[in-house]
Amino acid sequence: MHIEDIRNDFPILDQEIFGHPLVYLDNAATTQKPQCVIDAVRKYYEKDNSNIHRGVHSLSERATRDYEAARETIRHFFNVKSSREVIFTRGTTESINLVASSWGGANVSEGDEILISHMEHHSNIVPWQMLCERTGAKLKVIPMHESGELDMVAYADLLSTRTKLVGIVHMSNALGTINPIKSMIEQAHAVGAKVLVDGAQAAAHIATDIQALDVDFYATSAHKMYGPTGVGVLIAKEELLEAMPPYQGGGDMILMVTFEKTQYNALPHKFEAGTPNIAGVIGFGAALRYIESIGFASIVKREKELLIYATQQAETFTGLRQIGTAKDKACVLSFVLDTVHPHDLGTILDREGVAIRAGHHCAMPVMQFYQVPATARASFSIYNTEQEVDALFAALGKARQMFA
Amino acid sequence: MFSLGDLYQEVIIDHTKSPRNFGTLDPCNHDAEGFNPLCGDQLHIYVQVDAQNTIEDIKFEGQGCSISTASASLMTQAIKGKSVADFKQLFASFHHMATADLDEKPDEEALGKLAVLAGVKEFPSRIKCATLCWHTLKSALEDAAEPAKTE
Repeated sequence: MHIEDIRNDFPILDQEIFGHPLVYLDNAATTQKPQCVIDAVRKYYEKDNSNIHRGVHSLSERATRDYEAARETIRHFFNVKSSREVIFTRGTTESINLVASSWGGANVSEGDEILISHMEHHSNIVPWQMLCERTGAKLKVIPMHESGELDMVAYADLLSTRTKLVGIVHMSNALGTINPIKSMIEQAHAVGAKVLVDGAQAAAHIATDIQALDVDFYATSAHKMYGPTGVGVLIAKEELLEAMPPYQGGGDMILMVTFEKTQYNALPHKFEAGTPNIAGVIGFGAALRYIESIGFASIVKREKELLIYATQQAETFTGLRQIGTAKDKACVLSFVLDTVHPHDLGTILDREGVAIRAGHHCAMPVMQFYQVPATARASFSIYNTEQEVDALFAALGKARQMFA
Repeated sequence: MFSLGDLYQEVIIDHTKSPRNFGTLDPCNHDAEGFNPLCGDQLHIYVQVDAQNTIEDIKFEGQGCSISTASASLMTQAIKGKSVADFKQLFASFHHMATADLDEKPDEEALGKLAVLAGVKEFPSRIKCATLCWHTLKSALEDAAEPAKTE
C-alpha cells in the first residue's frame, strides 16, 4: 500500500485552504470519496438513470442490475448469510429507527428493558428513549471507566431476562474506543436479549463478520466508508425481519394492493418503500470494493501507526488532556486544551488548512461524563500522513500561542 | 480576507481570560438561559431592571468559546445602566454588524467597544457564538418560558 497512490485516489485532497495544503482530519464525521465512487455515481446518472424493479426497458434493467449487484457486494463485504438480510436505508440513524419502531413496537412492552452504553451516539439513544416513552419500557445504561472503556462487570449485572435488546456502538466516534462486541453479544444472547450493533464508526476501519458475531441487527452508513451520504444499511437476521411489520408503506414494498388489504413484498423489499437512493447504493458498492482492494490488514496496520504517532505527540503537548484512552481504540484523537476552547481551536486550525471537528460529536452524555462542554477531535483515515499529524500539532502550537 | 487577528483581537482575548460581570446576581428580577446546540455553549444571564426600565445590574455565567464569553462580557459592560429601549436598539445594531456584508464597516458610534466583534461575519460558523448572549438577554427581559437558542 503506497500512501501517494491512495492519496491520488481522492481528488479532493489536492487543494489549498487559506494558502495551506488541506489536512483533512475530520474522517469520523465523514470520509472523503475516491474517484471510483464518484465515477460510479456519475456513470449511473450519465448512462443508466431510471427507476428500478419495474421498468422493462434497458435503462431500468441496467439500473436494477447495478443496484442489486451493490446489495451483493455489501452482503459479501460483511459476510451476511443472505442478501434478503441486507436492507438499504438513508443511513445508520434510519436503520436504528427502523428497528426501534418496527421490531421494538412489536416486541417491547412495559416492564421490559433496553440496555445501551454511556458512549452511544445520539442516534443509538434517542430512538430507544422514544420507544420507551411509547411502551413504558425502561432504558438502562452500561457505565464506563475514565479510560473510555465500558464497565463489563456492570454490564453483566445489568443483563437480565427483562433485557429485550442491547444497543451497542462497535467503535465510539467521540473516543475511538473499540468495544468487545463479540463477548457482549454472547452474554446478551445468554439471557435471551437481541443485540443491535451501531457500526457507523467502525465499518471502514475494522473487518466485521456478521455471521461470526451472530449479531441480530447491524447498522452502518456509506458516507463513513468512502461512499455517498444519505445511504446506509440495516443488516438483520431473516427470521426477525420476516416477523417484523413494515416500517414505512409505499411503492416497492408491496405485492398486491387493494383498498381492503395489502400484501407485502418479500425481503428485502418489504423494508424499502419508495424509490431508494439508487445512485447512492451503487456508490456504496463501489466504496466497499475500494476498501476490499486495499484490504483490512493494511488498513488496520496503517491507521494504528498514525494513531500511535499522533498519541505520542499529544502526550508531550503541554496543557493537552486526551479524552478517551482505551487500550483498544482506533483512528480518533479527542482532546481539550487548558487555555483554548475547542471551537476557537477549530477556527484557528482551519486557517492553517487543518480540518478537525469541535463539539459534542452527537454524544452529549460522553461530554457530561468527562465534564467538558465539547472536545476537539482529530480523526484519521487511510490517506492521512505523519506530515499531516505534524501540521495538526504545529497549528495547535499557534493556537496556544494566541491565547498565551 | 480577514485574518485570524481580526477575529481574535487583544480586547477579545482579554475578555476571554478575565470576563467582566461574571457570576450570579442576587437579587435579580429577570434571568434566562441560552444554549447553542451546535457547540454546547451554555449561558445564564441575570438582570435587575428598576421601575424606570433601566438595567441596573447584569451578570452572566456559563461555558463557551472565547467569542461567546468575550461577547457576553462586552455586552454586559455596554448594557449596564442603559434602558430596555436602548438594549433593543443596540441588539439591532449588533445583529446587523454580525451579519452585514463583508465590506460594510461597523457603526462604531452606535456600537462602541462592541465593534471589535465585527470580525465574526467572516466566520459564518462563529456568528452564533457572538449573538447567543444577546438572544439570551432578550429572553430574560421578555421573561420567555423557553431557553434562548441560536438555531
